Amino acid sequence: MKTISTISGRAVPVVGNDIDTDRIIPARFLRCVTFDGLGEHAFEDDRRQLTAAGKTHAFDDKRFTGAKVLVANSNFGCGSSREHAPQALAKWGIDAIIAVSYSEIFFGNCVAMGLPCLRVSVADSEAIQAAVVKDPAAQVTVDIDKLEVRIGGQTWKAQMGAGHRQQFLTGQWDATSELIAGLPEVRATAKKLPYVSSFA
Amino acid sequence: MSSRTLFDKVWDLHTVRTLPSGQNQLFIGLHMIHEVTSPQAFADLRAKGLKVPFPELSVATVDHIVPTENQARPYADGLAEEMMVAISRNCREYGIRLFEPGSGKQGVVHIIAPEQGLTQPGMTVACGDSHTATHGAFGAIAFGIGTSQVRDVLATQTLSMSRLKVRKIQVDGRLKAGVYAKDVILHILRKLTAKGGVGFAYEFAGSTFSAMSMEERMTVCNMAIEGGARCGYVNPDQVTFDYLKGREYAPTGENWAKAVAWWTSIASDGDAQFDDVKTFRAEDIEPTVTWGISPDHGVGVAESIPAKESFTSDEWATIEEAYQYMDLKAGQPIAGVAIDVAFIGSCTNGRISDLREAAKVITAHGGQVNAKVKAFIVPGSEAVKLAAEAEGLDKVFTAHGFEWRNAGCSMCLAMNPDKLKGRQVSASSSNRNFKGRQGSPSGRTLLMSPAMVAIAALEGKVSDVRAVLGKAAAKPA
Ligand code: SF4
Repeated sequence: MKTISTISGRAVPVVGNDIDTDRIIPARFLRCVTFDGLGEHAFEDDRRQLTAAGKTHAFDDKRFTGAKVLVANSNFGCGSSREHAPQALAKWGIDAIIAVSYSEIFFGNCVAMGLPCLRVSVADSEAIQAAVVKDPAAQVTVDIDKLEVRIGGQTWKAQMGAGHRQQFLTGQWDATSELIAGLPEVRATAKKLPYVSSFA
Repeated sequence: MSSRTLFDKVWDLHTVRTLPSGQNQLFIGLHMIHEVTSPQAFADLRAKGLKVPFPELSVATVDHIVPTENQARPYADGLAEEMMVAISRNCREYGIRLFEPGSGKQGVVHIIAPEQGLTQPGMTVACGDSHTATHGAFGAIAFGIGTSQVRDVLATQTLSMSRLKVRKIQVDGRLKAGVYAKDVILHILRKLTAKGGVGFAYEFAGSTFSAMSMEERMTVCNMAIEGGARCGYVNPDQVTFDYLKGREYAPTGENWAKAVAWWTSIASDGDAQFDDVKTFRAEDIEPTVTWGISPDHGVGVAESIPAKESFTSDEWATIEEAYQYMDLKAGQPIAGVAIDVAFIGSCTNGRISDLREAAKVITAHGGQVNAKVKAFIVPGSEAVKLAAEAEGLDKVFTAHGFEWRNAGCSMCLAMNPDKLKGRQVSASSSNRNFKGRQGSPSGRTLLMSPAMVAIAALEGKVSDVRAVLGKAAAKPA
């Protein structure tokens, strides 16, 4: 399985707290039976509104085209559990996310897809966004092993739970095969549960 | 062992083993499936040649994309039709029960599972939908999950999860007239914020919750997720058992007593230890309305829209964004804000007791839906629809100018034809007021109780339901 330890590439800043999954991928794009083609609709409504107001969303900004690292602020990905949200970001080209905090379901979805999400302080999220805006062509390195974000000579400390970090580094982020390996014990657990075995 | 919370007991019982990542492999006792978050999971099972070892522990329905007006197949929306075809085929192929429209058991997934007696105390419940927290009302530990995890549950009946901390939210006292379960949770969200619960399970405890019906408890637990908590629950008690007795999938005969004994045993111990405790007084809770773009942006109906300075400075940018998006100003009273659409329904407030409250308020008011407002009522399930019609509630609604629809999620997230248009403002009994949530990218949502939605529909603006309830009480019989 694929190990994930560092991601390097250009970055795109998406500024704002509490950016929910309805904004990342509006519900009308959930009418689908595959995740293909979601990438182009990431942040679609936010983008359209800014365009209408004569402004440009970072996902429409040519300077950030082809970015691999998304830099956000607090409580990113709150709201609906739709995996369509991280899938849309991944299909757009995002390979890693840096933010102050994430909603738990969004974070879990990202782990299951092999999309690492690192945490940084409020000040550092803003500093990294500023550095990216200043030099959009700069290579940003997200280092899961050292838990750092590096741009040029600058380094910021990042965090990720030890278990998740290990999952990425050892390539065990896709839990399915590990869960399947436990099936005999799963059956034993089921037998012990009164509502499955005794009074169902 | 004593001093344990319900969360601890249920978690330990369902822990299969510790995974190399340090997370737990957690057994899921009830898995619910719907048409939006499952097709990719089934496709992945097929691609990997995986089987479903416990198909009897999953149950499926269709709710998000189902039209609430014309339900004739094939649906006018080709994409929606394709999703319907996919879920039927997937359920057939893997031997999973599917409650389809017309079966009498279809509806919003979080409404039908309790209704059928599928959700029971002490279970672990998962569904590819964040409002799975609803099922915690029964003393179950219920998680919303993403599509990859839906695949994991199908393939193994387990999830890889990290244990949560438990915060007790203690509310004591009697709610004032015109204050509903929805107001209780909107009040809690306002005080603890939308991200205050990250890392926690919420235990809702105290005399206010003990006095609530199961339907009211479901409304509260439903929105625990809006506070950042991964799940919320109420300890099971006689109210829970009375609700379950006689439901189709509830235990029967001699199993009933066994079940009740076990259900009772899994409640939190009297001296259970919590990671955190927050307390509220029921008397302090007012009918609450959200004014902004996050469910924690609530105010009492008699209050004004708060100044940004009343929030912590890291929230100011969001608050400014909310004023601008909603076109509301700090200091402006929330009462009187004009609405264009009124929606009663959703897994938060689409149950029979919600419809009864709405009908009561409408009757007490006596007027018609305001000429500028489109108002519609969407029962949460086919069973709720039948029950409402048997009581004549549909007649009350239509006589006063409300549309009466078929069961589904409808304008809670507007994946079906029910949508806001342009900058319309809706008074909604649903759970999310995010930008663009109700189908128009620039549409605006004010969350409130069904009774408050009903009164807003009649008045054409946000209004205090207590004025009407007071009038009704004062009127000679
Ligand atoms: S009613 Fe709304 S929140 Fe509930 S399941 Fe449907 S879309 Fe989700």
